[in-house]
Parts: sequence; C-alpha cells; structure tokens
Amino acid sequence: MKSDASKLGFYLLLAPILLWLIVLIILPHIGLFMVSISEKVGPREFETGFGNYAAFFGEPLYWRTFARTAIMSILATALTLILGFPIAYYIAKLTRGRTKTTLFLMCMIPFWVSELVRTFGWMILLRETGVISTTLQRLGLVSGPVELLYNDAAIMVGLVYTSILFMVVPLVTTLDSLDDSLIEAGYDLGGTSSSIMREIVIPHAMPGIVSGCIVVFMLSLGNYLTPILLGGKDSLWFTGMIYTQFITRFNWELGSALGFLLLALSSAIVFLGLKLSKQSLSNTMGRT
Amino acid sequence: MIPTVPRPAFAKWCYRAYVTVFFIYLALPLTVVCIFAFNNSVFPSPPWEGFTVAWFFGTEAPFIGVFHERPILRAIGTSTFVALWVSGLAVAVGTCNAFLFVRHEFKGKALLYMLMLLPLIIPGVILGISILVFSSTIANTLEDATGLWFDGLRPGLILVILGQFSFITTFATLVISARLQKFDPSLEEAALNLGATQLGAIRQITLPFLMPAILASAIVSVLMSFENFNTTLMLVGSDSPLTITMFDKLKQGSTPVLNAVSLLLIVISAVLGLFSLFFPKSKR
Repeated sequence: MKSDASKLGFYLLLAPILLWLIVLIILPHIGLFMVSISEKVGPREFETGFGNYAAFFGEPLYWRTFARTAIMSILATALTLILGFPIAYYIAKLTRGRTKTTLFLMCMIPFWVSELVRTFGWMILLRETGVISTTLQRLGLVSGPVELLYNDAAIMVGLVYTSILFMVVPLVTTLDSLDDSLIEAGYDLGGTSSSIMREIVIPHAMPGIVSGCIVVFMLSLGNYLTPILLGGKDSLWFTGMIYTQFITRFNWELGSALGFLLLALSSAIVFLGLKLSKQSLSNTMGRT
Repeated sequence: MIPTVPRPAFAKWCYRAYVTVFFIYLALPLTVVCIFAFNNSVFPSPPWEGFTVAWFFGTEAPFIGVFHERPILRAIGTSTFVALWVSGLAVAVGTCNAFLFVRHEFKGKALLYMLMLLPLIIPGVILGISILVFSSTIANTLEDATGLWFDGLRPGLILVILGQFSFITTFATLVISARLQKFDPSLEEAALNLGATQLGAIRQITLPFLMPAILASAIVSVLMSFENFNTTLMLVGSDSPLTITMFDKLKQGSTPVLNAVSLLLIVISAVLGLFSLFFPKSKR
C-alpha cells in the first residue's frame, strides 16, 4: 500500500539520478559513438561509415600506440599489485592500533594531493639536473649528469606511484576482515607459508585484488599527465593521441573513434577481470 | 606471517626494510617539491642556494611569489568556484540517490545502481570528450535553428563543472548511502508517532544523522574537483582552473613558484583530507 505522497517522493528522488545519468553519461556516449561513425565528405557534410575505425587499423602509429598503452598499463597494474600487496598485508596483519592508523594515513596523503604535484616531484627527482642525478655525482658513482627522465621506466615509476594507493586501500580493507585464527589454523594443520598464502590469504583477498587491479588499470590507461610529462618524445600514450585529434587537429570524428576504442578496451578488461574472478561490479566497486 | 606465528629474524628484518623503502618512495616526491619551494634559485633543482620565502611573498622579478602572481591567484579563484559548485551539486544529488537506493524498492534498481557506478570505470578523458561532443552538437543544432549563440554549451566553466560533477556524484552517493544504511528507521518512526510530518522527521532526525557523511563527501568532492585534470583538460575554455594553469607553466619550464603553489596544495589537501576522515568518527 503506497500513498500518493510517497509515490511523489519516489519520483522526486528518481528525477535527479535519471537526469544525471541520461544527460551526462548515456547520451554523451551515444553521441560520441555517432560522431565516431560519421565521415567528413565536404564542409559540414557527413556520411555514416566506419572510415575512422578503418583509419585506426590502417595507420600503424595508431594501433601500435594503442597496444603499447594497453601493455604498459597491464604491466603497471601487475607491478602495483606485486609492490602493494606486501604493504597492505603488513598494515592489515602485522600492525595494530596507532601504528596501523598512521601507516594507513601515510598511504592516503599522496592520494589527496594533485597528480600534477606528484608528477612534478618526480620530474625534480629524475631530470638531468635533478636530485638523484646530483646525488649520484656527489657520491662519485657516475662521472657526469645522468638523464633518468623521458623514458618508459620513468613513466612506469610515475604510473605505479600515482595508482598504488588505489591498490593498497582495498587490499587493506579485505585483509583486515580475514580472521587471524584462520591463518593459525592453516599452520596448525601443517601448511607452509606459501601454501597458506595461496589457499587462504589470496582467495580471501580476491575481491580487493580485483577492485584494486581494475581501478589501477583504468587509471593507467586513462592517464594523460604522467606519460606526457615523464615520457620522452617517442613514448606516445593513447590519451595524448585523442587530445591531439580533438584539440590540436580538430578532427573530432577520428578523435571520437579513438576515444571509443579506448573505452571499449577498458570496459573489456574490467568485464574480463570481473568474470575471471567471479565478482560483480556492485560487489567490487560499491564498497569503497 | 602473523604476530602469533614465529618467523626467522632475518625474514622479519627484510620485510621491515621493504616497508621502510616503500614509505620513502611514497614520501620522496612530495618532500622534494616542498623543499625546493624554499630554494633561493630560479630553478627547482640542486644545488641548494640558501633558504628563502621569496617564492611565496616576493615582489621583484624574477622572485615573484605565489601571492603576487596574478595568473595563479586567478586560477585558484576559478578552481575554488568550480569546486564549490561541483561539491554542492554532487552532495545534493548524492543524498537523493542514497535515499532512493536505501529506502526504495523498485523495478530496475540493480540496473540503475550499476549505471550509477559506471562513471568510476570510464576514463576521465573519455568522459570529457563525450560531454564536449554532445554539448557542441546541441549547441550547433540550437544555433542553426534559432540563430542565437549558446556559449554555455561551448568549452568553459559550465562544462567543466558538469564534467566533474558527472563522476564525483558517484563517490558522494557511495559515502552517503553507507551512512544511511546504518540508520535505524525506528528513530524516524518514533518521530512520526510523536506527530512529526514525513519531511519534518527527515529534516530533524535523518539529516542530522547523515550530516557527518554529507560533510565528508562535500570535502572529498572539493578535493577531487580541485585536483581533477583529465576531464577538465577536455572541457576547459578561457578561464583555466589551477591544475591546467600549472600544467601549462610546467610545459614552458618549471620555476620554484610551482613548488610554492604545490606546497600550499599539499598542506591544504592533507588538512582537508584528515578532516574528512576524522570528522565522521568524532561525531558518532
């Protein structure tokens, strides 16, 4: 039994979310797709077709950059997981009380600071006249200035740095909920450290691992600042290409097609990650 | 690998060393940014030339401090304006969404919830270009049809606000929903029994209970808006927010003014962030 007043309330609550999702998310993406399948045949004249996608596959520069971006993002995600897991385990299982809160906060603070500031910090550290190069010279380990910036390793350092918090935080949350007695029971039953890790800790942490990996992959794939500022002249990144098509070349049709491909790739990886680990989007993302 | 199970001292020591190195890695970039804000040199790099606060308060070229650098001050103003709008909108819509998802059962709820989470998995650049393309298409159509100008739909602050709002609302919704779920509905029923109207009960009982979450998500929204780069980059017009201004300056070559701005940003965001974490707990 629903009164008219509560029905009215329901529709009033439904209006803003529908407005938000339809006007700002769904329609723009449909629009993006429509633009991506239109080809310019003359001034203000367009034809429907997949020419822009053909251009992507026909031009090695485009799809190589696409593949490069994807591979480097996967690498960054794997690296972040490997580096972040021991830290999350340490915070969740080996510290208590105040130490735990402090360590957790120390992980959080860089995340609140703008990505631009973090990248700027790495530039000061890594460049030819930077802190690390100067320190190495001072110590007599190298004879002249060394350029550590503008290469793929620098991009990787920056990507891992930018996204590691998004890996550590969900991992700490899931590992925290694992009862120590389960690990003790594993040892009592004769398990070794590695078998306990494999059969108790990692399966329990799976939701955290999946949500961490998805977020980190997404952030790396869609990153613009880090590859542009830390990467060299030939380290292209797909978002940079989209930016060029949109803002510099003013070729919105091709830009939309490239954007749509990036979106398709990131959705596919998210979907695959969820399927492989048998998690749902609401389960993994809705718990932040 | 838990405290109650003994481990060899060497392994323990290695583990601690790794954790220490990790935290040094985390702190290093921010520390150097802060330190070089006080270096008496025109480049933010070694050698150390002596301590100065000229990059904050200086008035003579080349030592023009943040507080006298017009473009940066204007950009801070723009960012604040955008952040307040985004935060206000996101919290308002987020609160409505929380009530919708926690209090109502309806057809298609699971689907709507999933759609609500979508902005989290759409890369910021794509969110930006899709809104750019869509609003420009509308503007073109309207201008062709009416012959008037629709500058609000062209890249500019309105689009920046909408673009940031489009994904920050998801965070606000999640934070406020989590708090609303902990609310005991019998408190509201008691108020209704005592003669309160439905809206009165929500205003006097439920909203005060939600206040910590609302404030926390407002602060987080301000932070996220302030530091957003990807979505903003695609939608920005002639008034650029702070991150875009800093990016342009950084591409031209860095000066310690950027370090000074960064230091201010670090301090402000750390304070706001800590506040957003501790405020909900202390009010409980």
